[in-house]
Amino acid sequence: MPKVLLDWFYVGVFAVVGTLLAVLPLVVVWLLAPRVDLPQKTITYESGVIPFGQAWAQFNVRYYLFALVFVVFDVEVIYLYPWAVVFRQLGAVAFVEMLMFLLILLVGLAYAWRKGALEWV
Amino acid sequence: MWAIEFLKAVGLAVVIFTFLAVVGAMIGVYLERKISAWIQARLGPKHVGPQGLLQTVADTVKLLQKEHITPRNADALIFNSAPVIVAVAALLDWVVIPFGTAGGRVLVVRDLSIGVLYFAAMASITVVGILSGGWSSNNKYALLGGLRSASQMISYEIPLALGIVWVAMVAGTLSTVGIVNAQLTQGGWFMFKLPPPIGFLGAPFGVLAGVTFLASATAEVNRVPFDLPEAESELVAGYFAEYTGMRFALFQLGEYGEMFGMSALATIMFFGGWAEPRLEPWMWVAVTLGFLVVAAIILLTGARRNLLVRPIVILSLLGAVVSILMALGAHLPSVVWFLVKLFALVFFLMWMRWTYPRLRLDQLLNLSWKVLLPLGLLNLLATGLILTVWGR
Repeated sequence: MPKVLLDWFYVGVFAVVGTLLAVLPLVVVWLLAPRVDLPQKTITYESGVIPFGQAWAQFNVRYYLFALVFVVFDVEVIYLYPWAVVFRQLGAVAFVEMLMFLLILLVGLAYAWRKGALEWV
Repeated sequence: MWAIEFLKAVGLAVVIFTFLAVVGAMIGVYLERKISAWIQARLGPKHVGPQGLLQTVADTVKLLQKEHITPRNADALIFNSAPVIVAVAALLDWVVIPFGTAGGRVLVVRDLSIGVLYFAAMASITVVGILSGGWSSNNKYALLGGLRSASQMISYEIPLALGIVWVAMVAGTLSTVGIVNAQLTQGGWFMFKLPPPIGFLGAPFGVLAGVTFLASATAEVNRVPFDLPEAESELVAGYFAEYTGMRFALFQLGEYGEMFGMSALATIMFFGGWAEPRLEPWMWVAVTLGFLVVAAIILLTGARRNLLVRPIVILSLLGAVVSILMALGAHLPSVVWFLVKLFALVFFLMWMRWTYPRLRLDQLLNLSWKVLLPLGLLNLLATGLILTVWGR
């Protein structure tokens, strides 16, 4: 049996067994804990006042900008992983190539910075 | 064949989950309370069991009897699954963490060939749980906490990944076992030493990468000074404000499991994992003297009247005994070294928590995008350059 298949088989078993083990205490609670239904209990908590409006409303667009910048750099880092592993075998050529790649990205970072995409206002 | 492997996998999953629940959550919470108490000159939990050791056990039993309340405006399905996601993500981290060696075998669940990348991927699943918990509560505090958490975790994931890439570049492998073996081969931690012929001259790069990694790891696990998502003074409890009883405990389990996991990864990547520190005998003697001086200062000055320093005296005497034995050529099991380094890092994180104030959201994002990210990239380039020029 190939090792890599066995590796991911273990990961899969961990995910399933982990979910079961995490649900187990919830089942114990369902068996042990009291259940008293009162309408006041299920009101959304808002420091003791009656909540007004929903929480599912508009929120700051800044979060979205950071998410966009994140996607760019996260994909970049994914490209760095395979390069990092074989870097020492490939030598100078690999370094120069990654230098060019990273410089382009640094320009991108500088652009986002100058544009104010990284400012929280 | 598959059946045996299946049973082994299930057994290991139960063992690791128990390890996380007992060591990560129970001992972690106990240590946090005790250490915060010492730092703030209090006594901390004291009444349940000797020195309050059973306090968290009692708390768990209490939480098991608490009713689960789902707010009527919440999205019930997502609301209920969020704590499970967080806990499972913390468990999955530990698949690739090697605890040490025993009889020539490495004690690791599976030595994945992409170990550290897998770790980073699993650790970032946490943000899905936190964001869905915060959003589905339909609570303004929880939503703000969840959003802050998401923006913080994605911002710090990049410096974190750059730290991992730095180690992968130096070690030439992504496997956690391979990284520790690379440090064993070169005879020094990546924090302070690069592969020959660079050696200790590479220390500034290692320290920079290590500090970048530790800072972003602290932010990834939402701990002070990066604990805005659950800032209790402004957001009550942030994304888990609406969670009661055992579901709250699952969030705590996930959080502490993640903290221990990040500390374990830092131990493996920068502090030699299970490797025993190899020092000259005279250096061990110096370490012994250092421990004895700490104990002597406490015992000979007014500090001895403070009950809170007793654990420090005991720990330094223990450290002195161990290091004098090390000077005489004794060896400790590798698992012990791994746990010592792990708990030292966990202690460091707790120390930070009770020492520094919280950052503001704009400071937090600036630190990630304008300081750690450029520093990480430049460090990667600089280390790549010296490895290319001298590392052949």
